[in-house]
Amino acid sequence: MIEQLTVFLENTEGRLSALCRSLADAGIDMSALTIAEVADYGVVRIICSDPERAVDVLDEKGFRAMDTRVLAIEVPNKPGGLADLLETLGKLGVNIEYGYCFSIDSNRAVDVLKVSDPQAAAKAVQDAGYKLFTLDELV
Amino acid sequence: MDTQQDILTMPHEQLEALQLEGVKKTVVACYENVAFYRESFDAAGFDPYAVESLDDLSKAPFVTKQDLRDNYPFGMFAVPRSEVKEIHMSSGTTGVATVGGYTDHDLRIWGDCFARGIRFAQGGVDDVCHICYGYGLFTGGLGAHYGSLAAGCTTIPISAGNTERQIRVLREMGSTILCCTPSYAMHIADTAIEMGIDPATEFSLRAGIHGAEPFSNNFRADLERKLNYKVLDVYGLTETMGPGVAIECWEQDGLHLAEDHFFAEIIDPETGERVPDGEWGELVLTSIDREASPVVRYRTRDITRFLPGTCKCGRTHKRIDRLHGRTDDMLIVRGVNVFPSQIEDVMKTFEEASSWYQLELTTKGSLDVVTLKVEVNPGFDFDQMSAIQNLQRQIKAALKTALSVGVEVKVVEPKSIPRSEGKAKRIIDLREGAN
Ligand SMILES: [Zn+2]
Repeated sequence: MIEQLTVFLENTEGRLSALCRSLADAGIDMSALTIAEVADYGVVRIICSDPERAVDVLDEKGFRAMDTRVLAIEVPNKPGGLADLLETLGKLGVNIEYGYCFSIDSNRAVDVLKVSDPQAAAKAVQDAGYKLFTLDELV
Repeated sequence: MDTQQDILTMPHEQLEALQLEGVKKTVVACYENVAFYRESFDAAGFDPYAVESLDDLSKAPFVTKQDLRDNYPFGMFAVPRSEVKEIHMSSGTTGVATVGGYTDHDLRIWGDCFARGIRFAQGGVDDVCHICYGYGLFTGGLGAHYGSLAAGCTTIPISAGNTERQIRVLREMGSTILCCTPSYAMHIADTAIEMGIDPATEFSLRAGIHGAEPFSNNFRADLERKLNYKVLDVYGLTETMGPGVAIECWEQDGLHLAEDHFFAEIIDPETGERVPDGEWGELVLTSIDREASPVVRYRTRDITRFLPGTCKCGRTHKRIDRLHGRTDDMLIVRGVNVFPSQIEDVMKTFEEASSWYQLELTTKGSLDVVTLKVEVNPGFDFDQMSAIQNLQRQIKAALKTALSVGVEVKVVEPKSIPRSEGKAKRIIDLREGAN
C-alpha cells in the first residue's frame, strides 16, 4: 500500500500549474499524475515522494490536499496485463473505486487502485501472486 | 408577592379581549395626543374610534424608527412632559437617537415584564440579582434593575465594567441571577477562569437573563457549562419599552411575549401583510397600556415567528422564536424572502462544510440565479469525485427545504471566499438592478 496525494482543484486557469510549481519548489518528485474532472472542479491524484509533506506544503499554499491509501500493483507491461489483474480482482470480490496505470520500464507497469478495503485487498492480491510496490520503488 | 401567575396562565381568548381593550385605548390616545399619529392615521384613512377587533388594527399604518427619530425629542409623547418620570434613549448610529418616555405606570409595567424572566427561573426574595448591563440611557441596566426589584430579589446594581470586581462580588455575595449581555457573561466566565477561579463551582449562579445581542445555541451551551447555570434569552427594544417584551421560560423553547402589555403581529416585510403563525417575518408591536410613549404597529425590523402550539410550562402567552436577524439583511430571491440566518442554520448542520461560505446572486435572462460557494473542512475526504457531488447535492436539498428557493452549490478551494476582518462576506449581489 502507498500514500497517494489527492488535491481538490477548481477549474480555473492556472491552478494546475500553480499546484505543480508548489510541489516542484518544495523538491517533491512526481511519478504519476491523473485528473478526474467535472465542469466546475477536478480531483488531481498524484504519486510523489513524501506525500505527507506535500499535503503540508499545499495546505500552506491554500490548496485542499489530503493523502489517500491506494494499492500499487505490478503487472507485466504487455497486452492483457491489466485485464488479467482486473479479472483476478473481480473473482476475489475486490471493489474498485477508481484506478489508473503507468509503465515504469519496458517490462513492468503499475496499476494504482483505490479499493474500499485496502488492507484485505492487499492481502488477497498478494496471495494471488501479485507484487505490491512500495512508494520508494516508484519515486 | 404577586407572581402574576393568573395573568400568565389566563385563557388566550381572555387575553385577546384584554388586548383589544388596550389596543382601542392606545390608538385613541395616540390619535388625540400625538400629532404624528393624527396625521398618519388620517392619511391612511384609519379611524381609531372604529376598531372593533384585533384584526381591525391591520388597517392602521406602521410606525418606523425613522418616524420616532423625526419627532425627537418629545414629539411622540402622549402625555404632558411633567408626567414623564424617566427617559431612555437608544444609541443613534446614524446620529439622531430615539427617545422613550416612562410614566410611573410605565416604569411599573416594565419592572413587571422583566421580573417575569426572574419568575420563570423560580426567582424571588431568596435570590441575589447581579446586574451588569450598563446603567444609563441604555435600557438594559435599569430594565433589569426594576425587574429585580419587582421580583423581590436583593439587587446588586454593579453596572458593566471592572470585570475583576464583578468576579469578586459574584463569588463573595453568592449572586444567583446574572443579568447582562451574553458576551459580557462569557467575558466574566473566561476572565474568572484565567484568574484561576472556577465559576462553575465557586459562583452560586442559577440563571442568567441575557439579551441585547443575538447568541447561538452553541454559545449558550458554552456559557451554561462554564457558569453552571441556565441562560434565558430576553428580548426588548427601547422604542417599545426595553428588555422584557418577551422572555424565555425555563423550557428554553421560545420567548413568551408579554401579551398583556403588547399586541404582536408578524408581517411579510415586503408586503406588510400578516403571515400565518409559524412563518418567519418581521415583528410588529403595538403597546397596550404604555402611557408616555405608546406605539401603534411599530416595525421592529427583527425577524422571528410565532411558535405554534402551547408551551410545556403551561403559560398561555404566545411565544416568538429566537431572533433570526434583521429585515435589513433580508434578500428577495425570485419573489421569496430569504434571511441569511436561514442559510447559516442549514450550513451549521454540515460538518464537512466550513463556516466560509458565500451566496452569490446573479441574473440569467430575467431569473435570479443563486449560487452558494463553500469551502470544505480539512477533514473532508474528497478523494472520490462522488463525495463532493454528494455533499453539494445534500446542501442543495437542505437549502431548498429551508428557503423554498433552488440554490446551486459549489465546493470551492480554501481561501477563495474573500475574508475581511476574519469574517466572510456572506452575500454578493451581482443581479442587474441590485444596489
Ligand atoms: Zn413556557
